[in-house]
Amino acid sequence: MEFTEPVSLSVLLAIVPEIGLTILALIVLTIDMTTPEERRGGIGLVAAVGVAVILVANLLLGGPRASDLEGQLVLGGMLRHDTLALIFRTMVLLAGALTCLISVGLEKVGRQGEYYVIILVATLGMSLMSAAADLIMVYLGLETTSISLYVLAGFIRDDERSSESGLKYFLFGAFTSSIMLYGLSLLYGFAGQTNIYALAGPLAERLSEGAQGTFALILSLVLIIVGFGFKVAAVPFHFWTPDVYQGAPTPITAFISTASKAASFALLLRVFLAVFPSAMQPQWTALVAAMAAATMTLGNVLALPQRNIKRLLAYSSIAQAGYALIGVVAISDLGAAAVTFYMFMYVLTNIGAFTVIVLFSRATGSEDIADYAGLSRRSPYLALALVVALLSLAGIPPLAGFMGKFYLFSAAVQANMVWLAIVGVLNAIVALYYYLTVIKIMYVDSSDDDSPIQVPRAHAFTLVVTSVGVLLMGTIPSVPWFEWAVTAASGLGLPGVMN
Amino acid sequence: MTIPFMTIILATPMVAAIIMLAFMKNEQPTPIKVLSAIATGISLAASIYVYVSYDVASAGFQFEEFAPWVPQLGVGYHLGVDGISAPMALLTGLASFTGVLISWGIDDRPREFFAFFMLLVAGVYGVFLALDLFLLFFFYELAIFPMYVLIATWGWKVTRVYASMKLTLYILVGSVIALVGVIAMVLVAEPAIGKLSFDVVDLMEARDAGAFDVPVMGAVTFARAWFPFIFLGFGVLAGVFPFHNWSPDGHVAAPSAVSMIHAGVLMKMGAYAALRVGVQMLPQGAATHLPWMVFLTLINVVYGSMIAMVQRDFKYVIGFSSVSHMGLVSMGFATQNLQGMTGAGMQMFSHGVMTALFFASVGMVYDRAHTRDIPSLGGMWTKMPTVAFAFIVGGLTSMGMPGLSGFVAELPILIGVWRAGSTIAPYYAVIAILAATGIVVTAAYVLRIVQLVFFGEFDESKFHDVGDVTALDKTALAILVAFLFLIGIFPALMAPMVASGMAPIVQVLGGA
Repeated sequence: MEFTEPVSLSVLLAIVPEIGLTILALIVLTIDMTTPEERRGGIGLVAAVGVAVILVANLLLGGPRASDLEGQLVLGGMLRHDTLALIFRTMVLLAGALTCLISVGLEKVGRQGEYYVIILVATLGMSLMSAAADLIMVYLGLETTSISLYVLAGFIRDDERSSESGLKYFLFGAFTSSIMLYGLSLLYGFAGQTNIYALAGPLAERLSEGAQGTFALILSLVLIIVGFGFKVAAVPFHFWTPDVYQGAPTPITAFISTASKAASFALLLRVFLAVFPSAMQPQWTALVAAMAAATMTLGNVLALPQRNIKRLLAYSSIAQAGYALIGVVAISDLGAAAVTFYMFMYVLTNIGAFTVIVLFSRATGSEDIADYAGLSRRSPYLALALVVALLSLAGIPPLAGFMGKFYLFSAAVQANMVWLAIVGVLNAIVALYYYLTVIKIMYVDSSDDDSPIQVPRAHAFTLVVTSVGVLLMGTIPSVPWFEWAVTAASGLGLPGVMN
Repeated sequence: MTIPFMTIILATPMVAAIIMLAFMKNEQPTPIKVLSAIATGISLAASIYVYVSYDVASAGFQFEEFAPWVPQLGVGYHLGVDGISAPMALLTGLASFTGVLISWGIDDRPREFFAFFMLLVAGVYGVFLALDLFLLFFFYELAIFPMYVLIATWGWKVTRVYASMKLTLYILVGSVIALVGVIAMVLVAEPAIGKLSFDVVDLMEARDAGAFDVPVMGAVTFARAWFPFIFLGFGVLAGVFPFHNWSPDGHVAAPSAVSMIHAGVLMKMGAYAALRVGVQMLPQGAATHLPWMVFLTLINVVYGSMIAMVQRDFKYVIGFSSVSHMGLVSMGFATQNLQGMTGAGMQMFSHGVMTALFFASVGMVYDRAHTRDIPSLGGMWTKMPTVAFAFIVGGLTSMGMPGLSGFVAELPILIGVWRAGSTIAPYYAVIAILAATGIVVTAAYVLRIVQLVFFGEFDESKFHDVGDVTALDKTALAILVAFLFLIGIFPALMAPMVASGMAPIVQVLGGA
């Protein structure tokens, strides 16, 4: 594809977050170089507010233009300027802003300018992932994100677990991403195209040539699934998750588990739904459905015996990816909208949960679930915030998770996959067991230490945003969110099945 | 502008919960308790008003309120009552208001206790008032979590953690499977009504258009395939055998007020949902499956009462008596005729009030004597005559004494079962006889407790600090006792209303 389009204002509007994040990263870097460390306490706040401003600016300016789908491919077809991009960019920017906010005042990371700069760069990568419409851009976005996250996971160099986390993440990530790159190159080889939206036609032609074409396409599908499966932590590419989550600085765990997963789901929706299903739906559906079922089940079952709260949430986040895959496999407007809604609620919810963990381990130095005993007496509101987050993950009304699961399971039933919906709901019960166990420990068990946990204003603000957000998305105001998600899904060009 | 009674009933406890969590402090418990009493009182008053002004002659859904919620999926905020749900809303009001009164003594984190209690109450109301199946689920699951926390945190120390988890998982497994069934139902109904809709009225239209009689697996129709999952899925909460196991443990572990809501109202929520979603929407499935499910309900009635007979723990007796009495409700559904089903509706109300009364009394005895071991109690009459009187009234209701509400509920059920012997299958007549023996056993265990706990020798050395109950406790008991007499003496206050709600269901079942 030629770069025929002149760089006009409307093109710039398609990359508002990228421009903003680059500038912001430079600003933060400058502050970091010019200010001595003891006066750098507010640097995280600058980053957080900056990202929030970009978020708002993007919402106001960065929405897609008209509804003509062809015209939405910008910058030589590298990005697609559509509602799906807008909504996923909103998620990753929100996650980025809140991650910066909850890092403020934390030992070893809170005053480090480069820490925030790398978060900003990772956010930039995710923003590109959310809009990527070309295989080249897909890979660029993924790598920009991944490399930044490897560094962040291992950021606390003198901490063994953190270093282990960074290294493990890097090894797994580099390995799977090269496998995926091979898959992408196969796709290019077959189709002679790198634009996602132009791939389907040539691939269908290739398929019609017979068994050989089918085999080769399945091979490239499997290779690409390895890469995406790693990014969203789907079984069987989930092994890195618990160790990386446990070792990384907690705000980064929150960031990896939310923003990175959400952006990867944006890619997954685009690549899988636009490229594969039309050409090879049966194989595709079987493969991803099996992956969804395995991911939910394994994630939840392995979460049961966990004693460390970060590992528990790591396994729970594996399971959550499994639920979201249900929406992908349904291959419908409703399914895609459900995934979008689900990821949005998941971003909010998980950041809320990790904020409580940040505060608790800052005050007590512990990540053991057993040490959360008596939290409802020590800090009732902190306990309540964690309850809201956990119940939303479990899918209990009136919280967002319930609506999200409802949309996902509806999509499964609609796609004639009642069995997958049943696997999903039964998994939700298994999950409820371990979430309730944490809640039980906070409310029922008692501890010797009754001192309240300190909650700085930045963290209190984050908790209010996430808890209220989760509550609103789960009640009547969930409709505009869902409508937004439906609009995003309808741009994918799937079979329309909603009235 | 009409007053939105439904929303008032539903929203008042929720608003109270939010106010408590946001503005009140555990160090000052009295305002929290007063607010709880006011909130449940407002909801009770509104539900009484709705009950009294419900127009039985025109029947159908009344006091309807509607607002779209998720229009893409046909989910709406649709509330209203019919002849079945109006008494249930009244029951919820009674149990929640008296529950607050007897919980005045809660001193461990009262803010959290009452806030969760308010959420529980709102959830229960929501299930009865919802005319949209999604909304019904929303509130159904909304009620479960507060239940868990209330039992696990404020319950009986020995079993609370185990019992609360068991109860939550049991109930949720049933309900989520039913949820998948409902989603399937909505999608199957789509072609018949031309839109996705969770609305009860729309789905009934689809039912009448034969949407649920389409074959799904070979020759088996949708209604036949899904009915067992939906009916038993909700039936878990109604304590249908063999899914009743959570119930006695849950009742016993719960704090008194929660037991009252739990056994008194929550179990009805299961039965109500099974009726509303299962029997009413899938009559063809009901006609196929209820004739064998009636055996399950028989086991409930007889086995429940026999197990109650041999308990040593006072509260377990009541727990198993609930299993037994709820069996009569499901048995009433299984008759598929107007007598039986009207009796079932009456029994839901009667058993709700009676069980609330039982658990309130047991709680009062336990709070003062610190034991529920039946053989070691005795002579409580001398110290707390009001409680003894209330318990005896409850006991007489439970054994079906004429003049009390149990009689006007259980007699029609048994007549209905007998009549089903000639319309459905001859074995129903045998079931009627066997179920009647369950009532005899009930009389035996009730008299046994009354004798051993309230009469007999009072051990002054062991129970020297046992005193009488507070005025609030007495008020709560008096309210409940009054309703047992009221419905018992004037069944016409309720029976026609329930019958007007059941009649359309009986009609689609093809009975009379």
